Amino acid sequence: MNKRYSSKNLLITLLTLVICAFTQVHAQDGKALFNANCASCHKIDDDLTGPALRGMRERWGDDKLLHLWIKNWSAAVATGSEYAKKMSESRPAVMNTFGSLTDEQISAIIDYVETAPAKKAPEAGGSNAGAPVEKDDNNLLFAIITLTMAVLAIVMLTVNGSLRRLQEAKDGVPSKPILAIYKNKTYIGIFAVLCLVLFGFFLSKGAVDLGRQKGYMPEQPIFYSHKVHAGINQINCLYCHGGAEEGKHANIPSVNICMNCHMAINEYKGEQLYTAEGKEVNGTAEIQKLYAAAGFTHGQAWDPSKAKPIEWVKIHSLPDHVYFNHSQHVVAGKVQCQTCHGEIQKMDEVEQFADLSMGWCVNCHRTTKVQFYDSATGAGNKFYSIYEKFHEDLKSGKLDSVTVETIGGTDCQKCHY
Amino acid sequence: MSNKIWQSFGERNQTAKHQADAQNEFKEDLPFETGGSLLDAKTPRRDFLKYLGFSTAAAALAASCDTPVKKAIPFVNKPEIITPGVAEYYATTYIQDGDVQSLVARVRDGRPIKLDANEESAIHRCGSSARAQAAVLDLYDTARIKFPGSIVEGEVKEISSLQAFDKKIADELAALGGKPVAILTSTLTSPTSLKLIQEFTAKFPGSYHVMHDAVSYSGQILANEISYGRKALPSYHFNKAKVIVSLSADFLGTWLSPTEFSFQYAEGRKLSDKNEMSRHYQFESILSMTGSNADLRYTHRPSEAGKVALALYNAVATGSATGVADAKLKAGLEAAAKDLKAAQGAALVVSGSNDVNIQVVVNAINEAIGANGTTINWAYTSNFRQAIDSQIDKLVEGMNAGAIGALFIVDSNPAYTYHNAEKFKAGLAKTKLTISFNTRLDETTELCKYVIPDNHFLESWGDAEAKSGFYSFIQPTIHPLFKTRQWQDSLLIWGSGKAAVVATAVSDSTSTTTSGVATVVSNGGDYVNYLKAYWLQRLGSNEAWDNALRSGVINADANIFAAATHNAGAVTGAISALQASKVSTSDFEVFVYEKVGIGSGSQASNPWLQEMPDPISKATWDNYFIISAAAAKEQLGIDITNNGQVDAYEADTMKPVIKVTVNGKELELPVLIIPGIQKNTLGVALGYGRSKKVGVAVDGVGKNAYVFQSSKNGAVTNFADVSKFEKTSIRYEVAQTQTHMTYTDSLNYKRVEVVKETTLATYKKHPEMFVWAHQDLQHHYTKTGDFRNEGSLYDPKLNDRPGIHWGMSVDLNSCNGCGACVVACNAENNIPVVGKREVARGHDMHWLRIDRYFVTDDKNPDDVNGVVYMPMMCQHCDNAPCENVCPVAATNHSSEGLNQMTYNRCIGTRYCANNCPYKVRRFNWADYTGADSFKDNQKGSISDVTMEMNDDLTRMVLNPDVTVRSRGVIEKCSFCVQRLQDAKLTAKKENRPLEDKDLHMACGSACASGCIVFGNVNDKNSKISKVRRENPNRLYYSLDMIHVLPNVNYLAKLRNTSDNDVDPAIDAEKAMRDKLHAATAH
Repeated sequence: MNKRYSSKNLLITLLTLVICAFTQVHAQDGKALFNANCASCHKIDDDLTGPALRGMRERWGDDKLLHLWIKNWSAAVATGSEYAKKMSESRPAVMNTFGSLTDEQISAIIDYVETAPAKKAPEAGGSNAGAPVEKDDNNLLFAIITLTMAVLAIVMLTVNGSLRRLQEAKDGVPSKPILAIYKNKTYIGIFAVLCLVLFGFFLSKGAVDLGRQKGYMPEQPIFYSHKVHAGINQINCLYCHGGAEEGKHANIPSVNICMNCHMAINEYKGEQLYTAEGKEVNGTAEIQKLYAAAGFTHGQAWDPSKAKPIEWVKIHSLPDHVYFNHSQHVVAGKVQCQTCHGEIQKMDEVEQFADLSMGWCVNCHRTTKVQFYDSATGAGNKFYSIYEKFHEDLKSGKLDSVTVETIGGTDCQKCHY
Repeated sequence: MSNKIWQSFGERNQTAKHQADAQNEFKEDLPFETGGSLLDAKTPRRDFLKYLGFSTAAAALAASCDTPVKKAIPFVNKPEIITPGVAEYYATTYIQDGDVQSLVARVRDGRPIKLDANEESAIHRCGSSARAQAAVLDLYDTARIKFPGSIVEGEVKEISSLQAFDKKIADELAALGGKPVAILTSTLTSPTSLKLIQEFTAKFPGSYHVMHDAVSYSGQILANEISYGRKALPSYHFNKAKVIVSLSADFLGTWLSPTEFSFQYAEGRKLSDKNEMSRHYQFESILSMTGSNADLRYTHRPSEAGKVALALYNAVATGSATGVADAKLKAGLEAAAKDLKAAQGAALVVSGSNDVNIQVVVNAINEAIGANGTTINWAYTSNFRQAIDSQIDKLVEGMNAGAIGALFIVDSNPAYTYHNAEKFKAGLAKTKLTISFNTRLDETTELCKYVIPDNHFLESWGDAEAKSGFYSFIQPTIHPLFKTRQWQDSLLIWGSGKAAVVATAVSDSTSTTTSGVATVVSNGGDYVNYLKAYWLQRLGSNEAWDNALRSGVINADANIFAAATHNAGAVTGAISALQASKVSTSDFEVFVYEKVGIGSGSQASNPWLQEMPDPISKATWDNYFIISAAAAKEQLGIDITNNGQVDAYEADTMKPVIKVTVNGKELELPVLIIPGIQKNTLGVALGYGRSKKVGVAVDGVGKNAYVFQSSKNGAVTNFADVSKFEKTSIRYEVAQTQTHMTYTDSLNYKRVEVVKETTLATYKKHPEMFVWAHQDLQHHYTKTGDFRNEGSLYDPKLNDRPGIHWGMSVDLNSCNGCGACVVACNAENNIPVVGKREVARGHDMHWLRIDRYFVTDDKNPDDVNGVVYMPMMCQHCDNAPCENVCPVAATNHSSEGLNQMTYNRCIGTRYCANNCPYKVRRFNWADYTGADSFKDNQKGSISDVTMEMNDDLTRMVLNPDVTVRSRGVIEKCSFCVQRLQDAKLTAKKENRPLEDKDLHMACGSACASGCIVFGNVNDKNSKISKVRRENPNRLYYSLDMIHVLPNVNYLAKLRNTSDNDVDPAIDAEKAMRDKLHAATAH
């Protein structure tokens, strides 16, 4: 009896815990989903490309219809709903379809939008805008110590030589004349070898580094801040760089993608922007540069045929003999953008984060684990089911993990063909 | 009878030169300078140090420069369906000379780069011809005419605008004074174009449309009118035929619709579960590609073709082949007739003759063997060739009489292809208004008054009706590169009399099409609307039209068969005409034929096709006379059984030139000795000797053999008596590839380790005969029989392929040697064109070559029992000898079994090529693709045609997913690794395991015979696993005994000769093995 009671108790507790956990996840999900899918066109309390969302449940009245609208707006219009028809005609930009969102996810988004705290005044200047942190650098110290030791060694050698010569003079052995350092063949020899080694080292290092440009941060035609867009405004990277999901190039967004939002956003109201040199940047003026390129006048309809392309400066370049595919890494490998591009959401101006050398690529391939399909959780990729042997080894404990290298990720022709 | 298998005469005889060549990978010695003092050398040590110093300084200077700033310029307004870096696919159709092939074009970043077969076409579900594969290069040809103009002294003088041009033509048309307009085209299969021409000619009284085929099928069409009352060509079904008899029809290479027929033929050549396959007899004068695939082959004089057809008719009727003298030929005909009759309803006879009487007799034979309605289908007619010879004859007469007001020429070139070209030219001069729509300044166009170049088909809209009821559509894959216009647009504009519409946005029809249908719009406008209106009316809805464009084809029900009523009475006239015909007794008759690559010559300016070796002669870049070994001995004094003479003839690329006179016309061409040609026959290929204005590739390439054609009884004949045969002292270089890649043959010089072939009867009696060699290896070198792991010094773990293990299987039984795979490989993998001189000295770059082996009688090389085609590419050996010798590890093995080549690591020692037992590695002797060169700095060091391939326009054809190799590196077949990587990525993105449908090799997709199967061997359900599992007895690995463990296997070739033709040598071997087995058992 007692036992049964306790097990029932345990069950209830567990259930409660699970529900709590679920609701928590649910709320968080709503925010994440909103940021990932909606935030590029909608704000909660302000009109953007799309209308402000708060209160939509009330406005639509019918949850089902609203869900349908979000999944595929034209289907909602097709139901004959007056409101849907009105909405579809209300804006110049057509809403995207979100067929992949489930009803739960949509509910989570709506819940989040309806319950999100009202707009706050912008926060005071971020504390992370401070001076760059200095790196620990012991090189100078080592150099000083080495130099001191070298000088000491030479002094000792000279003293030793002088003493020996004195001894020899005392013993009556004829001594060799003292040569100046620059005439002494031993010193010259040592010096020459040292020079050659140093020259060779720097030459080969220079040759290896040819074409590598880690830390490259060119000035762009428009001061576009990833920090403002991806960081503060939480726009999903893939909204602009959709190619990263589809093919080898992530692609710089075309002007019409910028204009999706900037037809509505014509001034910058965020915190003051600075260039890397510390010069102030007028955000609104930068948006005007975009308008100039797009041939757009605020308040008028935009005619894309009048636009001119923006000549961005390319930062990340791979040599021609390397095949790199973004979608392989982003979709199949589920690698975060930041892994290779650094904390892009904190960069006002983009800087090349990694040196993009082969060693850097290979190191990652050696350490990154492959996500085998797990039928229990549904996570991972079913493609790897062909590696039966590794599955067995994992099960039997022979292997603790399978890395990209294990399945051939460091073969030459994975990248060079 | 004992057979010998050989590739070259040198090999057949084991001459000294051949043995030396077999030892060396590269034909030439390295340019080492020996003798004399070092300082006297061309590049002494001091020079070396100077260069070293200079290059160090230059490198240092280059290194100190800033990295150049690169720009990344995105779209302004990105079209929804285009993502930079992701390929788009559009269904389109290759049309040329009446040939129609449904294709899918791969478009990368706006430029079409590769054409593959459209699998939705019911005519042939896979494969395409070499010419269709190469057509994408024609789009980027620098020799295309780039604007409309008038032709002044053989050059195009630009007319400022299309409107101005239209105005001029309108004025000229108005001034014709009532004289008719003639529109001369090659066979036209487009229903809308035919309708359009009809409407146009109706507006100019007396005007008419004339079709002219460079190679005529007129005799056959007229014969069908006589026999069946149908002035057309039927559909053929080689797959339904158990016995095929071809009378000089090269149906796998050039006759009518070779790709379709290859697709069908292969079905009968794949060995069934019951070890059955079709039997193919060939009666011909030269050795054609189809003849080389025949099970039984007999030769006759070209002028004897009528007698042969008649004898076959008699043999079918009476059992006796009366009318032919040669005993062997007679026996062959009787055997063929017997088989044909036995296979009643599953037999087919085809003839390549243009003689109406022969074709009438062939129709009668087909009637007798029940082919009408079974293997010959009159439910659907073939539209590939429609021209009647008398039509153009009449037109030329009319032109000469001044009766034609205007001549429009579309995709036709009679000044080059017409048998009496001089008369045509004279007529052209007498015609007031001559307008050419041809794309290049060809032989006819340069004599016309105006030219308004047509678009390439990849820039065009259109449709084609390959067979009645089977439609294929053309949609543009790229905006026209030049100021060109579809000829249909011109006719519409000129016919309507309204002003030109230039570069108007085409109606919303194109922009509203769903994804997968081109949104690229051609600049014309009129014709696309005409086309759409026509099809909307037929299909009923916009949706159906979009669907038709997307899938590219509309198929009729392919299962409907119908016979035509045969008129037996007509045959008597044909028989008496053939009986009265005379067989020539002259020393030589000339026979003109088409080569598989070049065909009639309309695509001759395509460098890929010029460099594709001919299946039989393995010669590139030229035409030549072909002659039998017997005739060579008699007439040229070259005895190919004499070693000294063979080395002198074969090792020297300079071949003797002969001068041949036919009907008062002379041709001086080099001569090649090809075994198996009829002794009194001289073969020469059409399509060569084009005007150099059509492209750099044809400059100085061959001579025009159309001059040897003549008209007899209103039909063009392709043979004639040679009135004079003269030897000259001139020698001319012919670049043949077959002797380049010789690999060692150790066992009795029988090549059994490389090529395995026998007769079907032998194989049925000893099904395990091809496995014996492998069993021996297992017996001698292993304890448990695991040859793969035990036969090696290396750790067996190195052979582990945990996930994917790539493998390829090539069925030698269905490979017919057509070479489509070779061109497809060129296109996919950016393989450079090197030019004739480079090919001649063994520098050809093809990753995939087709080795041609003659199987001949031991004594008489002209007695060709068979030809084996063996596609040879990197075998991706799991125990690769090339990998061990690379000093920089530039070539090594992948975990998936690929033999990888890393170009940027290669330093060009060529040790790997030396150590490759299959000789499949290619060295970049020069910067053929211009990867590392500045403009023009290679002039002189590479051939003109290679320079042309480096032009910015031509380079648009390069595949951006494959590295362009520079000078000094080795390259070779990669198993299309870029496509493998792409296939795996597709599967990963879709969260599923890899499947066969993801894998499309360039060579395998181009193969109509389906003889190349590729896939993951570890997957038990894959096609490759299935093929290997189901063919244990024919499966073998080339050079199995050296234990390099290739990942490419071959399936042995069988020849379905007579039912009891068992090779006694195999019987003997079996007996010996049994004895040995009994002895060891004791």
